[in-house]
Amino acid sequence: MKPAPSIIFFTVASGAGYGLLFWLGLLKPLGLLPASTLFGATAAIIALVLIAAGLCSSLLHLGRPERAWRALSQWRSSWLSREGVGAILTFIPATILLIALAHDEASLILPAGLLSALGAAVTVYCTGMIYASLKPVKEWHHPMVAPGYLLFGSFSGAALLAALAVFWGGGFFPAVAAAALGLAALFFKRAYWQSVDTTPASSTRESATGLGFIGTVRPLESPHTESNYLLREMAFRVARVHAMKLRSIALLLGFALPALLLCGAAILGGGIAMAMASLAALGAILGLLVERWLIFAEATHTVALYYPTPR
Amino acid sequence: MTSLPSPAPGAKKLGLVIDLDTCVGCHACATNCKEWNTSGHMAPLPDQHPYSAAQEGVWFNRVHAYEAGDGDEGRTVHFPRSCLHCETPACVTVCPTGASYKRAEDGIVLVNTDMCIGCQLCAWACPYGARELDEDQGVMKKCTLCVDRIYNETIPEDRRVPACVSTCPANARHFGDLGDPNSDVSKLVAERGGYELMPEMGYQPVNRYLPPRKASSQVKTAPKEAGPLPSQITNPLLRWMDKVLSR
Repeated sequence: MKPAPSIIFFTVASGAGYGLLFWLGLLKPLGLLPASTLFGATAAIIALVLIAAGLCSSLLHLGRPERAWRALSQWRSSWLSREGVGAILTFIPATILLIALAHDEASLILPAGLLSALGAAVTVYCTGMIYASLKPVKEWHHPMVAPGYLLFGSFSGAALLAALAVFWGGGFFPAVAAAALGLAALFFKRAYWQSVDTTPASSTRESATGLGFIGTVRPLESPHTESNYLLREMAFRVARVHAMKLRSIALLLGFALPALLLCGAAILGGGIAMAMASLAALGAILGLLVERWLIFAEATHTVALYYPTPR
Repeated sequence: MTSLPSPAPGAKKLGLVIDLDTCVGCHACATNCKEWNTSGHMAPLPDQHPYSAAQEGVWFNRVHAYEAGDGDEGRTVHFPRSCLHCETPACVTVCPTGASYKRAEDGIVLVNTDMCIGCQLCAWACPYGARELDEDQGVMKKCTLCVDRIYNETIPEDRRVPACVSTCPANARHFGDLGDPNSDVSKLVAERGGYELMPEMGYQPVNRYLPPRKASSQVKTAPKEAGPLPSQITNPLLRWMDKVLSR
């Protein structure tokens, strides 16, 4: 599948934003974060900005962005529609949470925080299910895809929250949580790659053409001499040669290095902890951009079976 | 509404039956499809750079060719690929806007291009590559089973078939109600062992493909050398030459 920059940015930015909102809404009422109103408001604003920027970016992928409002109508059948509805609805408790945090309204922080956390989790799950529900793409139609979106979103959000909290001197708990999530994400992604690499595709050229009863099926002539939409969108193969190196970069830069830095930030304090936690958050975001690029670049679509394998 | 209609008992399932035994790969179906539909229900079907390098465009029907099997059993098969008007089309259920829909009355899968936002999720959801993006309009286009021909009362009744079917010079394309076991197309499918593509995907395509027939046994063995036996040669000179050359 073609890695569209608008969707890669959308899922990484909104995923981190929802992750940040999730942990802020959950940990703030429990008193595990710095008490400062400025910290709370800053964290909520960063979460909302990331979410909104991601959603705006997703509109760039549409052929007719001005009709985007129509996408809210088919939530009964479509995960994309559910994601849109979830995103819009989550803005309501998230905005209330921002106001409550800025004015230190403890009675409002608890319900708004819990509702924001719920909305964030539901919306990211819907994002994951858009991909996990697509049978023609075996790398996406996999039980680890939707949980992966949740795990990676909550990890990057926790890393951002830790990086912010250390500046207010209360980063211990979010840093430990983010480090643990980073390690979990590392092993989860490795297990996912192992699984998709060893699972054979359910469809073949023989089943796609129904000619398997004669023997092996080989493409002889393409229907057209030039490229077309299907080949550009769904038979993307550029840079698959670098996939293994990029996988290592995603694991090390995105998960292992931030987990280490966050451990350090939790133990140490002061300026060094601020630098380490900030670097950890930056690494998590950059690593997830690589991970998300691979999600597309490594995904194979059954329509490519109808065409010759490019050399 | 992109939820699928619950099929009414006895509802029509209109679709195509494509005979891979007689298809000669002439691309007439694809060409006539483009010709009809560029001014039909989904019009236009645009082309990018039509008069320069890298020309391409939106087509509802594309004719591939494959080699299947090896040796005497090997075959070259021409293979037209278009929308199969599935009974459980994920292209419809993934649509967030309601632009994609499956008609309850005859099962045709269509796109309302006035509502489509061009998110392209339907193209990702279709295993068969039946949906293409119109890059001029920013909306998805697909085969309509020539819904604007098959019910068109201004066309003589015997010509109310999809453009691809009407033009096929090899009679390799058949159109009809595959929900009726007594229709001509259903009988043809039963007789010839018609099959669906990628049944493992579970989309339940309506269109059927008829397999190439087995090569006849006469073709498999090389033809015997025909010719007169030496005793049948009457000209003495030729009989002598045959004798000399046969040593």
